[in-house]
Amino acid sequence: MLIVNLLGIVLIGLIVWWFWLYKPARAVDLNEKNLIIVVNNGVYQPSKIKVEAGKKNSLKFFRKDGSPCAATVIFPDIEISEELPVNSNKTIDLPSLSPGEYSFHCPMKMYKGTLVVD
Amino acid sequence: MNNIEGDIKKKSTQELIIEGAGCASCVGKIEAILKSVNGVVNAEMNFALRTVSITGKADSNVLIKAVESIGYNAKSANEANDNQLIDEKEIADQKYYSSLMKKMWIALGLGVPLMIYSIAGGPMTVDTTLERGIWLFIGILCAAIMYFAGKHFYVGAWKSFTNHSANMDTLIALGTGTAWIYSMVVVFFPMAVPEMARHVYFEATAMIIGLIDLGLALEVKARGRTSEAIRRLIGLQAKTARVLRDEQEVDIAIEQVLLNDIVRVRPGEKIPVDGVVIEGHTSIDESMLTGEPMPAEKSEEDEVVAGTLNKSGSILFEATRVGKDTALAQIINMVKRAQNSKPPIGRLADIISAYFVPVVMIISIVSALVWLNFGPEPTLAFAVVSATTVLIIACPCALGLATPMSVMVGVGKAAEAGVLIRNGEALQTASKITAMILDKTGTITEGAPTVTDIIIADKSHTEKYILTVASSIESRSEHPLAQAIVDSAISKGIDLEDISGFQSIAGHGVEANLNNQQLLFGNQKLMLKKGVFLGEFVAKAQELADEAKTPMYLAIDNKLAAIIAVSDPIKEDSIEAINRLKANGIRVVMLTGDNRATANAVAKKVGITEVFAEVLPEDKSNKVAELQSQDEIVGMTGDGINDAPALALANVGFAIGTGTDVAIESADITLMRGSLHGLADAIAVSKATLRNIKQNLFGAFIYNVAGVPFAAGILYPLFGLLLNPVIAGAAMAFSSLTVVSNANRLRLFTPKEH
Repeated sequence: MLIVNLLGIVLIGLIVWWFWLYKPARAVDLNEKNLIIVVNNGVYQPSKIKVEAGKKNSLKFFRKDGSPCAATVIFPDIEISEELPVNSNKTIDLPSLSPGEYSFHCPMKMYKGTLVVD
Repeated sequence: MNNIEGDIKKKSTQELIIEGAGCASCVGKIEAILKSVNGVVNAEMNFALRTVSITGKADSNVLIKAVESIGYNAKSANEANDNQLIDEKEIADQKYYSSLMKKMWIALGLGVPLMIYSIAGGPMTVDTTLERGIWLFIGILCAAIMYFAGKHFYVGAWKSFTNHSANMDTLIALGTGTAWIYSMVVVFFPMAVPEMARHVYFEATAMIIGLIDLGLALEVKARGRTSEAIRRLIGLQAKTARVLRDEQEVDIAIEQVLLNDIVRVRPGEKIPVDGVVIEGHTSIDESMLTGEPMPAEKSEEDEVVAGTLNKSGSILFEATRVGKDTALAQIINMVKRAQNSKPPIGRLADIISAYFVPVVMIISIVSALVWLNFGPEPTLAFAVVSATTVLIIACPCALGLATPMSVMVGVGKAAEAGVLIRNGEALQTASKITAMILDKTGTITEGAPTVTDIIIADKSHTEKYILTVASSIESRSEHPLAQAIVDSAISKGIDLEDISGFQSIAGHGVEANLNNQQLLFGNQKLMLKKGVFLGEFVAKAQELADEAKTPMYLAIDNKLAAIIAVSDPIKEDSIEAINRLKANGIRVVMLTGDNRATANAVAKKVGITEVFAEVLPEDKSNKVAELQSQDEIVGMTGDGINDAPALALANVGFAIGTGTDVAIESADITLMRGSLHGLADAIAVSKATLRNIKQNLFGAFIYNVAGVPFAAGILYPLFGLLLNPVIAGAAMAFSSLTVVSNANRLRLFTPKEH
């Protein structure tokens, strides 16, 4: 019984670490060749994107997931909200941004991504 | 033609979507055929996405034909217009719906018979070898169902997991996965499980997957209805336009209409782009945009707006705004953006959902541990059931959907009434307004004043001369009343004269010179400042003001020459609309640069008791601040041009537009209809939306707060009640559907015009 209890507590610890404490990996540079953000299965791939500050950029999305959740992407800080058609490209033009992190997500925040501007 | 060619040359890269490319070896073939097309520099295919990006100067139709010639289908991946997007979205939704329904039938096909068997008392235990064999077969069947009907949950859960996030998929995958794995353990190693706990839960796994697929499918349908308003707006766009090219009228696609094209619209047709009428006369129904039921009369030099309906005559007009610049396109854009913005009330739900799923996972583990440590026999079975049920009943979706769905419907509903709400914050604040400042001219009144009286003070001048002088000065002025005097002179055939030394004194009037005469034209303040003797005419002016007219003094060489009174009629429904505001408990205040007596007279007519009169334009925002310092949440309504600073300072700035000036930057809410009813409608819609959001949030909170502990078995020690995981699955599937349906109820909301 002790082992089971310990196991449970370790599991809880792992959940806390994995979902909250862990800091996600490096951001993918927008300038990398043909960067397309794929929207499928509940995630933006890649979800952390580095863009240059003080420059107009554009992001390319490609939505594969038919679920209505995936249909809209929102950049709340820069007031962008765009529909993503299924199985086609959608380019979103970003204004020039000052350095910082900007999140983007679907209306329900199930899909989440971050723009790292520097 | 030049333009189209230019377009191709400009396009140095383009993308195609390839359909029917099933194997990696297709890539080479497709790339090769595309590279062989004249003008193509390079073609690269992304097999994972089935897209190919082509560099070079080539027409997309030629490229598509090339791909089709080797047996694949291709379409241009370049951005579609709104109409196509909406169509595609509908098709995609329909596809998603039918695939979910199919999955539901697969899952329930196994789940329901098993469920009936178990309810009918069939043993769900594993004791004999025969039972083991049968359950093993069912377990494999169940795994197949998990694959065919629930694969999206598991893939989604895994993908999010690797991204360090968790969502609804995670909970369902874990819940159904736990039930299945436990059952399989019972089947394979019954000896490892205490005899009483040798129970299988295959029916739960299959039922839960089926029910949640069903819930998702119904949600897709319900969600489609929430975007009805925007779809209606997009549907207003004409598909083609008839333009004059080389002196011939040709029908072209709306995207190809260029600025300054001459467009022909016949009765019964939609106006395709914004423009100015250059020939003909007609009446146009603008109700779909402004909510204004009366058709507007249009003749030469009048503006026409894309999306409105030409009723009676045939007109020619010159396109002044096309494509994304038309008022309609801007409205659509603004509504879309606002529909997806979140009012502050939704932020708490956002914060909660960020932690929700991992917290539920932890609760599920804790619950299992508690059962194992303190529960009655068979503890293991109880632990598995409670852990599974907790995972399944928790519904982050209901929480996540609560705010956006209502905002979607509410903002759309407002747009239908000619009210454009900029964002979620404006929507929320509008519902809490306690004081409303109304600008007089153009807001309460028509904003189209006319000259009503000319009283000559110095009998040496004729009325014609007075009007000549006054209109000559006013032709240079930007004051709203100035136009009335100029119009009046023009209608009497009076020619304007050249004046010199024109100077405008804000809040007072103007001074100028004409034929060596020094002229002053303005209010009493101006006359007093310049030492003009007014005598008995002060009383005359007062009389005019008491009749809600605005008297203006004209002095020639510092001697009073005449009083000209101008009156701006009150909009016929202003009184009714102001009563609606007051009925909502809102303190209504009138603000005007006009003199006190006129302002009071207008205020009395419309039933306003608080008046800020003789306010200089730059002081308007101070009045807003003054009310805010009294702890009022202040709405300010004005034309959005002269009042921009006041609108920006107010908690909610309302710009009262004329249908075409939709994107008024300083305003939080734009009323496309001139009527003040729009204001009352805006507040009513925002109140209804906020109420709806609160219901949704309350429902979603209560559901989770009550559901999760119940699922964990908190009622078991008291009443011996433990929730069945299948019922939890049903509750979860329908909780988000309930939220969407409640938001849809808002569609039926109609603001009362009483």
